[in-house]
Amino acid sequence: MSQFYTANDHFILIPAIMLAMFGCAILLFDFLIFPDPRQRKWLLLFVALGEIFTASGLWRQQAYLKAQGLSEMTAFQGTLTIDGIALFFNWIFVAAALIVAFISYRYLEVEGEHNGEYYGLILLAQCGMFFLASGTDLITLFVGLETMALCFYVLVGFLRGDKRSNEAAIKYLLLGAFSSGFLAYGFSIFYGIAGSTRLREVAAAIAARDPWDPVLFLGLATASVGLLFKISAAPFHMWAPDAYEGAPTTVTAFLAVGSKAASFAFLMRMFLGPLAAARGVWEPLLAFVAIASLTVGNLGALTQNNVKRLLAYSSISHAGYILFGLIAGNETGIQGVAVYILVYTFMTLGAFLVVVTLRRKDLIGEDVDDLAGLIHKSPGYAVLMLIFMLSLAGIPPTAGFIGKYFIFLALLQTGHYALAIVGALFVAVALYYYFRIVKSVFIGELADTGPLTTSFGLRLAAGVTGTLTLLIGIFPEPFLRLTQLRWPG
Amino acid sequence: MEEHLLSIVLFTPLAGLAVLLVLPGSNKTLIKAWANLSAIAGFLVSLPLVFRFDRNASGFQFVEKLDWIPSLGVRYYVGIDGISLLLVMLTTVMGAVAVLCSWSAIEERVKEYYAMMLLQQTGMLGVFMALDFLLFYVFWEAVLVPMYFLIGVWGGPRKLYAAIKFFLYTLAGGVLMLLGILTLYFQHYQQFGFYTFDIAELMKIQMPLYLEQIVFWAFFLGFAVKVPMFPFHTWLPDAHTEAPTAGSVILAGVLLKMGTYGFIRFTLPLLPKACIDPRIIQAMAVLSLIGIIYGALVSLMQQDWKKLVAYSSVSHLGFCTLGIFALNPNGIAGSVIQQINHGISTGMLFLVVGVIYERRHTREIKEYGGLAHVMPWFSFVFAFAMLSSAGLPLLNGFIGEFTILQGAFEANRVWAAFAVSGVILGAAYLLWLYQRTMLGQVTNGRNLGLRDLTLREWMVFLPLMAWAVWIGVYPKPYFDVLEKPVAQIVERVRPGYFQAKVPLAAPGVLGGAQ
Repeated sequence: MSQFYTANDHFILIPAIMLAMFGCAILLFDFLIFPDPRQRKWLLLFVALGEIFTASGLWRQQAYLKAQGLSEMTAFQGTLTIDGIALFFNWIFVAAALIVAFISYRYLEVEGEHNGEYYGLILLAQCGMFFLASGTDLITLFVGLETMALCFYVLVGFLRGDKRSNEAAIKYLLLGAFSSGFLAYGFSIFYGIAGSTRLREVAAAIAARDPWDPVLFLGLATASVGLLFKISAAPFHMWAPDAYEGAPTTVTAFLAVGSKAASFAFLMRMFLGPLAAARGVWEPLLAFVAIASLTVGNLGALTQNNVKRLLAYSSISHAGYILFGLIAGNETGIQGVAVYILVYTFMTLGAFLVVVTLRRKDLIGEDVDDLAGLIHKSPGYAVLMLIFMLSLAGIPPTAGFIGKYFIFLALLQTGHYALAIVGALFVAVALYYYFRIVKSVFIGELADTGPLTTSFGLRLAAGVTGTLTLLIGIFPEPFLRLTQLRWPG
Repeated sequence: MEEHLLSIVLFTPLAGLAVLLVLPGSNKTLIKAWANLSAIAGFLVSLPLVFRFDRNASGFQFVEKLDWIPSLGVRYYVGIDGISLLLVMLTTVMGAVAVLCSWSAIEERVKEYYAMMLLQQTGMLGVFMALDFLLFYVFWEAVLVPMYFLIGVWGGPRKLYAAIKFFLYTLAGGVLMLLGILTLYFQHYQQFGFYTFDIAELMKIQMPLYLEQIVFWAFFLGFAVKVPMFPFHTWLPDAHTEAPTAGSVILAGVLLKMGTYGFIRFTLPLLPKACIDPRIIQAMAVLSLIGIIYGALVSLMQQDWKKLVAYSSVSHLGFCTLGIFALNPNGIAGSVIQQINHGISTGMLFLVVGVIYERRHTREIKEYGGLAHVMPWFSFVFAFAMLSSAGLPLLNGFIGEFTILQGAFEANRVWAAFAVSGVILGAAYLLWLYQRTMLGQVTNGRNLGLRDLTLREWMVFLPLMAWAVWIGVYPKPYFDVLEKPVAQIVERVRPGYFQAKVPLAAPGVLGGAQ
């Protein structure tokens, strides 16, 4: 261990190392060990093992912080920081990646694309997410983002024989690259201002400037475009419906949950860290973006017949709600962001996994009508879908309500009454399209009598996401403790 | 057991639901029997509330407090006073009646149907028991889901439209109400340094008038949609008409009262300054009067039997809100009594429609005529229900309307004058309906062979008829129970009211609040 790679650096990097190692190991070995595609479900064990090692690394970091009474520890001369935020988001990534892996194997078999690299890419994408959640350096963050995005470009186009999947991948790649360009441009300006890529020094340089300084504004605006693209906030959302629809459903779920959570971690680190001093500049901008996201997301979802597209628009509107928490910016608002992301993860994964069960060789199963009469076919999945939809709409006593509760409270505390009223009214709009799904599931005539595509992994994931979505709604207390994070600034 | 009485009442339907879910779905009779048993058990466990209720005690009784979400200051905090006692009893009775009346009407997806009925029962009871504002809100919203399904799955031809319209209206109002609740919650934190949703605590807040008014309108949107007050009533005719009979009974009988109860329990005590603001009182009274008269006029025009009853609810609930915003003991006590009465009378009217609909599968008034010859007992029950709804003395409706009018008269004579016209119109549309359907010769051959009331149907009607007579003949216990809580609320909104007005406000005849 040299001065460039100390024991401390290693300790902090363990989760990333584990993810990268297991990811590469799966890429290398899957055709050696499991030449027969039918055996590839055993690759899940590798994923699980990788996640266990990752989790144990995170656990040891958490225990260390607690034992030492530290709020954070840094590595590589301050380019990586492990603090409550990084740990919180990484736990979410672990949960999301595991759930996605478990709902994938049967689905990929049906799609006829059950290849080992799928799991490898999921772990590598998660590795990128690790850097997004714990990076405190412009370059580290940028590389983390690109690592994640590259894996997703491939995953979105994973169904090689499917035109929609290919189209989605191309769209996502082109627009993603374009937005990364904006982000890099913004970062270069920050570097120009600060003469350093460390967030701490960038923050100091920005704080020393007039917030309305035109150069700073240019950097802020361009970096924001890149960041807002990744969380699919309007008006930078155009890619989302197409990418969500075309991607394999399991990838859509991971994109909607993992990628979005990681991008939010990134966005929060930027806006609450270096850009905190320029709050007066970006707050109205973000308020506009949040309202636009709510409007575009909710109105766009109203007319969708494809469930994945509908959920894509709904995820745009959820991005709007999460941004509200950041705009409020007080303790409640910031906790609200964490609560919302936690809740959003499980309810969104749950909703997508019900869609996954519909896919069969002879049925794409993505239309609202394909869900018709699900209650007669499988009461369990139907009731779960009801729980997820209620939660997405924010009806108590489901988890989604707790998320909205924090957001609304934070807006009222900080005097953003107009935003609160807009947000509240869109809850009713959102209910309409979520209940189009509920209506189809519970009231629609059963048209398709074929079996559901289900598996042990799907049932397990359904149980976990459903239980958590209800549990966070009914007994939120322990989960609220998890979300009391100390954000810098 | 004693100290958990309310929780037992609250969760009995839920326990029944839990067992119901494991019963085999194919055995419909077993499911129906079990659901009825659960609903009756729900009523029986609520009876001790009546016997052990201390009418002389002030404040809430049977209180239970448990931390629920400590970091947000949310508690499982339930308790009842006289007002909630009556509404809780109304809920358990109407619940049992509604479950029983579905026996032969619902033959499809039986298990889900009764599951929704029982779930709804717990939700409604929770609304009337909760003393923690967030707990209240949770129950308030939770009620929407089962009702959506009751209308949407088992309803009439336009059920999908009616169900989602009901849900959207109430939800939109509800979320805005949530903003009001959170404003109070935050105000309390700013003034006292800790977060709580306890309504007794929230009453201590001092707020500037403008803020109280803003919160008032937020609450108003939540409650007024539910009541429903004009101009938010348009969901009601759709929902009531399309819902299955039991759904209409529960909707009219109990669900609407959640709104009026909200006004009495939350708006008046929490926002006293806004409530005595003359402009707000004026607005509420005018909206109530419009509701009374408009609802009655529209009822007169209806060709559809069930829709007529539905619009009559708009008119009757107008009386309830008028009584509340008379802001005197007669008005408020009368309003609560009238809420119970409306539950009983309109519940019976919907059951009457249900009985005939099960036999003829049409609700067109012109399809009927002269039924009194074919179904004499049925026509007797209908006459009874109609007269109780129209406010015939010695039946329940009279007591409520009279007391409300007394209160309205005390507050403003013009209101009373307009409201009386609602009573007259009410008699008109009900009597005309009766005449068109029951009297004269049988004009439609298909009505000749109709069966009169069955034993089960009698069992549905009898308890409600008995209750109607009780209130009509001897309402004193009801006024006794209401006296303290109503006096507290009036004192809270208009401090010094009783010192100034003791002799004037005594409706000695009815033994009402002092």
